[in-house]
Amino acid sequence: MSKVTGTFWLGRYDTVKTRFSSLKKIRWGRYAVISVPSLWLALFFFIPFLVVFKISLAESAIAVPPYTDMFSWNIEEAIIDVKIKLGNYLYLFEDSFYLDAYLSSVKIAAVSTFFTLIIGFPMAYYIASKTGSMRTLLLTLVILPFWTSFLLRVYAWMGFLKKNGIVNEFLQGIGLIDQPIQMLQTDFAVYIGIVYTYLPFMILPLYTTLEKLDGSLIEAAKDLGAGPIRTFFLITLPMSMPGILAGCLLVFIPAVGEFVIPALLGASDTLMIGRVLWDEFFQNRDWPMASAVATMMLLILVVPIMFLRNGKKEGTE
Amino acid sequence: MTQETTMPLWKQDGAKPFIQIKNVTKKFGEFTAVDNVSLDIYENELFCLLGGSGSGKSTLLRILAGFEDLTSGQVLIDGVDMANIEPWNRPINMMFQSYALFPHMTVAKNIAFGLKRDKVPKKEINERVDEMLTMMQIEAFADRKPDQLSGGQRQRVALARSLIKRPKLLLLDEPLGALDKKLREETQFELVNIQDKLGVTFVVVTHDQEEAMTLATRIGVMGNGVITQVDEPRDVYEYPSSRFVAEFVGSINLFEGRIYEDEVEHVKIKSKEAGCNFFVNHGISCAPNQKVTVAVRPEKMKVTRRKPDQEYNCLHGQIIDIAYMGNLSIFRVKLESGIIVRVTLPNLVRENRNPLTWDDFVYLAWDDDSSVVLTS
Repeated sequence: MSKVTGTFWLGRYDTVKTRFSSLKKIRWGRYAVISVPSLWLALFFFIPFLVVFKISLAESAIAVPPYTDMFSWNIEEAIIDVKIKLGNYLYLFEDSFYLDAYLSSVKIAAVSTFFTLIIGFPMAYYIASKTGSMRTLLLTLVILPFWTSFLLRVYAWMGFLKKNGIVNEFLQGIGLIDQPIQMLQTDFAVYIGIVYTYLPFMILPLYTTLEKLDGSLIEAAKDLGAGPIRTFFLITLPMSMPGILAGCLLVFIPAVGEFVIPALLGASDTLMIGRVLWDEFFQNRDWPMASAVATMMLLILVVPIMFLRNGKKEGTE
Repeated sequence: MTQETTMPLWKQDGAKPFIQIKNVTKKFGEFTAVDNVSLDIYENELFCLLGGSGSGKSTLLRILAGFEDLTSGQVLIDGVDMANIEPWNRPINMMFQSYALFPHMTVAKNIAFGLKRDKVPKKEINERVDEMLTMMQIEAFADRKPDQLSGGQRQRVALARSLIKRPKLLLLDEPLGALDKKLREETQFELVNIQDKLGVTFVVVTHDQEEAMTLATRIGVMGNGVITQVDEPRDVYEYPSSRFVAEFVGSINLFEGRIYEDEVEHVKIKSKEAGCNFFVNHGISCAPNQKVTVAVRPEKMKVTRRKPDQEYNCLHGQIIDIAYMGNLSIFRVKLESGIIVRVTLPNLVRENRNPLTWDDFVYLAWDDDSSVVLTS
């Protein structure tokens, strides 16, 4: 009897050992797989960001590049002068222009995100409810605009919205208005442009969560006495929260820094941080100020993402 | 007590059925899932719809719940036509095969869901949920989310949630399908007890004939969208009405034969493939010389080495396979005609001094009333 248990334990020990060694192997594999994107991120995101951050602490100068060095060497006396200017950041708060630009960007991005969600959700729901070739077709239609240049599509909207554009002519044609409405170069056009451009980024993550949604949950809710509207708010909506969050982030973040759409469709007074950045860099050639604006924008975006990530973790527990 | 009161409702003349399914047909495109089914189910019944996959049993259940529209026909529950009544307005609840527990709600909230929709006062909801948690013995898990529960616990939560509204009718789709064998057996009896205690009418869909046997007051055997037989479990097993039912419920040996003597009291059947004549001690309505199938259950046969003293119902063959199952053994016996007969014998003693073994020649015999004659 004891002999039997002995071999049993030996067997167990062996499996434990092999399990550990295979675990080690897997870990190395993991590092290898992760290292490529990590390297990519470090090389093309983190290091450039550090460079931008460094420039933001410099002073504007007439030179090439147009800012002062952070370190200056005095070799004879072995002194390293470190010069850090915080004035750019202080100026961000002193001049209400920047604060207004940030707030206006966040507002435009938030409103646009809201509308992409309102429009994207039914579309994603409809696609998820289809099967087979119909579903593939609809998904292709969602992605299809990407095959045309983004710039071209924004120009197309200019054609739609201008004073003698298609929309105005149509509305005049059916007699709804006498005079053409000023649509181009308004905030309205910016909203249209952003919602149109980023809609696929909302639909795709929503579709993935809705597609996985177990239909029997909906039936169970109805069976227990919840009508279609209640079922939507009590089951479908909370169950698709991961998709909603992902979609909103994918739309909100690029929308805050959007430059092309407000530049082409917006009015000259449509304040968005992307345009401010552009002006600082290319009109004023004030690289340090532009870098400070960019760094601050990143901070503004990172904080809500961290917040959402924490919220998500609590949600899953 | 008089005979009338003890007799189950479905045997009483003029008893009012609780569920009336009248000529119901459901088509999905070209495919007919339910084909002109008519069925009455009575109050307090535990009715089992038994059938293989694709037999239409689940579709019929979903029709009762209101998730499928009828192609034609009518469903009445408690005398009310269900045609235009949405699922959320029916006095019915359903326990789903996947349990369909809401993953973002705790066990207690899952159970309370139905009551909240009915705007039951909060205090009463709490009381009824607590009562249900106690009855299902899941008090300890009230604050857990479904993904933190085992399969058996989830099954209980699903049952609790579907019973909390005290429905007149509970539909159960493969209620024990996801449980392991031991738990399934325990839960079977528990289900019957709950049904008895609450006095709810149960309609259960299952593909497991053993489950149907233990649970049901009556079984409806379904195949290809048609209900082929509706009877009490014993009758479905002992008196299958057709070859389909005989083969689907339990295992059975079938012999083709031809009637050569047809009396009011008995019939005699000649079967070439069995190599003997059959004697059945009751009359059957049939044409003279009609081809019939004689069906004998494996446990109804006696196995002997010496020829038994009977002229009819006696086969001779050689054992080609033995399976020891613990409580019983299964023998496969090959007859001279080549057909293989399945026989089961209980293992009455621990050690048999002279056990039947491979290649033994044996006689298989059964009583005059043990076989069933199938004409369809």
